[in-house]
Amino acid sequence: MSDLRYSPAELMVVAGSREIGDGDVVFVGMRLPLIAFALAKRMHAPNAVGFFENGVIRDSPSESLLYTMGDPPNIEGASMCCSMSTVMGMLQKGEVDLGYIGGAEVDRFGNVNTSYAGHVGKEFVKLPGSGGAADIASLANRFVVIVDHNSRRLVERVKYITSPGNGDGAGWRERQGLPRGGPSAIITTMAVLLFGDDGQAFVASIHPGVSADDVRANTGWPVRFAPDCATTPEPAEEELRVIRAIDPTGFWTR
Amino acid sequence: MASSKILTMREAISRYVGDGDSIALGLALEALIPFAAGHEIIRQRRRDLTLIGPISDILFDQLIGAGCVKSVIAAWIGNVSAGLGYNYRRAAESGVPNPIEIVDHSNFTISLGLTAGALGVPYLPTRTLLGSDIARENGPFKRGVSPFGDEQLLFVPAIVPDVTILHVQRASADGGCHAWGNLGVSAEAALAGKRVIVVAEEIVERSVITSDPNRVLVPPHRVTAVVHEPGGAHPSSVQGYYGRDHAFYGEYHTATKTAAGSEAWLDRWVHGVEGRERFLDLLGAERWRSLAVRGNSPAAPVNYSAS
Repeated sequence: MSDLRYSPAELMVVAGSREIGDGDVVFVGMRLPLIAFALAKRMHAPNAVGFFENGVIRDSPSESLLYTMGDPPNIEGASMCCSMSTVMGMLQKGEVDLGYIGGAEVDRFGNVNTSYAGHVGKEFVKLPGSGGAADIASLANRFVVIVDHNSRRLVERVKYITSPGNGDGAGWRERQGLPRGGPSAIITTMAVLLFGDDGQAFVASIHPGVSADDVRANTGWPVRFAPDCATTPEPAEEELRVIRAIDPTGFWTR
Repeated sequence: MASSKILTMREAISRYVGDGDSIALGLALEALIPFAAGHEIIRQRRRDLTLIGPISDILFDQLIGAGCVKSVIAAWIGNVSAGLGYNYRRAAESGVPNPIEIVDHSNFTISLGLTAGALGVPYLPTRTLLGSDIARENGPFKRGVSPFGDEQLLFVPAIVPDVTILHVQRASADGGCHAWGNLGVSAEAALAGKRVIVVAEEIVERSVITSDPNRVLVPPHRVTAVVHEPGGAHPSSVQGYYGRDHAFYGEYHTATKTAAGSEAWLDRWVHGVEGRERFLDLLGAERWRSLAVRGNSPAAPVNYSAS
C-alpha cells in the first residue's frame, strides 16, 4: 500500500467523516473520530453538532489538533461546557444520531470488547475499559466502530461484551431492553463493513490496494461480501488537504 | 467570614487522606487532573486506597504502580494519547506490585453513581449497559423494571467517596472555587464526597469568587481544605493557564513498560522531589514556559447587581 498517496488512517478518517450527515448530532469520542468530525464539519456537514463526554458541545470544529477531547482548543469557542451527565442525558433520550467507538476486538455481530483480551480469570490482558463507548453503543441511534483489520481484532465472538452490538443476532438488543440503535458500520484499515437484517456484518467495500483474499485472511470469521461489493472511494484531494492541515505532523493519521 | 482552609499539600493529604480511603479524582477527565495531590499521596505511602473516576489519564496508573491501590471503580484506565497503562495491566494481570480489585463501569454509570451520592439516594436507574457484560451479576449493578411501566432498567448504586480531590483555576481561602472548561463529573463528585480537597492554581479574594456565583463548582462550606499549587495539574491542561504536555504522556508510556522502569520513573518524578515546585524545576523552566497559555480570551462580563 506504500505507493498510495494517503495512509490507511487517512482513508479511515475520510470513511468515518462520510458517515456524518449534515445536521447530525455526533458523539465524537477519542483519536481518529476527533479528526473525522472536524473533516465532516469542513466538507459536507457544516451543521453537525459534536458531543464530547467530558462535557463539551461544539458546532464548530476546534482550531487545532486535539490529542484529547479535553485539550484547551476544544474548549475555546465551544457551544457549551457542561457536565458529563448533560451530554449523557441527551444520549440516553435518543438525541444522538451517531457515535464512534474504537475497539480492541469487534465480532461479526458488532459487539465490541475493550475490557479483557484472552481469557478472563486465567491468562488475560487488561485493556483500558469502556470509557463512554458502552454508553454510545447502548444509547446512540447508531454507532460506527473504527479498528485495525486483522484476525486478532475482527473475531468470531468477543469473549467479553463491553459495548453491545447486535449480541447474537437480530432481536437481541430488544430482548436486553436496549431502547434503540446498534452498529451501522465497521471501518477498518482494509474495508468498510455494514450490517444485514440478520445483525451480521458483511463487507460492503474494500479499500484500494486490498484484495478480497486479504480481507478473508485477516478476518476471524468466514465473512460475507455484498453482491455489489465495491472499492472504497479514495479520499479526495480536498479531504486530504483538510486532514493534513488539522494533523500536520501526522500524530493520528500517519 | 469563615476562617481560612488553606493548607500545604503535605498537610492536606496527611490530614484528610487515610489508608483504606476511597478517593475520587480526575473528575474533569483529561483536563484539571490533580497530579500534584496524587504524587503527594504516593510520597506519603498511603495504602489500600479505592480510586474512583470516569477515565483516568495516567494518574491512576501511577498510584497503582506505587502500590497505593486496593480497588478501582472506573470506566477506563490508561493513557489517552499513548495507549495502555502498563502498571494497571501488571496489577490486574499478574498482581504486581499488588493485586487489585476492578469494579468496571462506563462513564455514564460513574456519573450516575456519583449523582446518586450527591442526591442522597441509594441508586439511580438508567437504560445504558443493558446487554453489556459490565452489567453482569458479578458487578455492582442490579436489573429492574420501572415501577411506572414495564421498561427494563439498570440500577446504578450510589458512590460516596471518602475524599474528592479537585483541581481548579482559582479558589479563595474559605473554600470558594471557580472552575471553567469541561467539568465532567466534578460537581457531582464534590457534592457526593464526605471530604473535599480543592487544589488551585491561584488563591484569590473571596470577592472574586462571589463576583460570579454561577461559576462556583461546589458550595464553599462543603470544602474541607484549599491547597495553593500552581502547575499542580501538569501534564494535564488547565484552561487559561497551561496546555496539555502531550510529550510527557508518551515519555511516561515508554518509561513504564517494565515494573523496574515504573519504579525508576516514580523515584525520579515523585519520590525524588519534595513537592510540585521541585517537580516543575525538574521538568525545566523552558519546557514549563512553553506550555503556558499566551492568548487572552476573557468571557464577557455579566451584571449581577441587585440595585
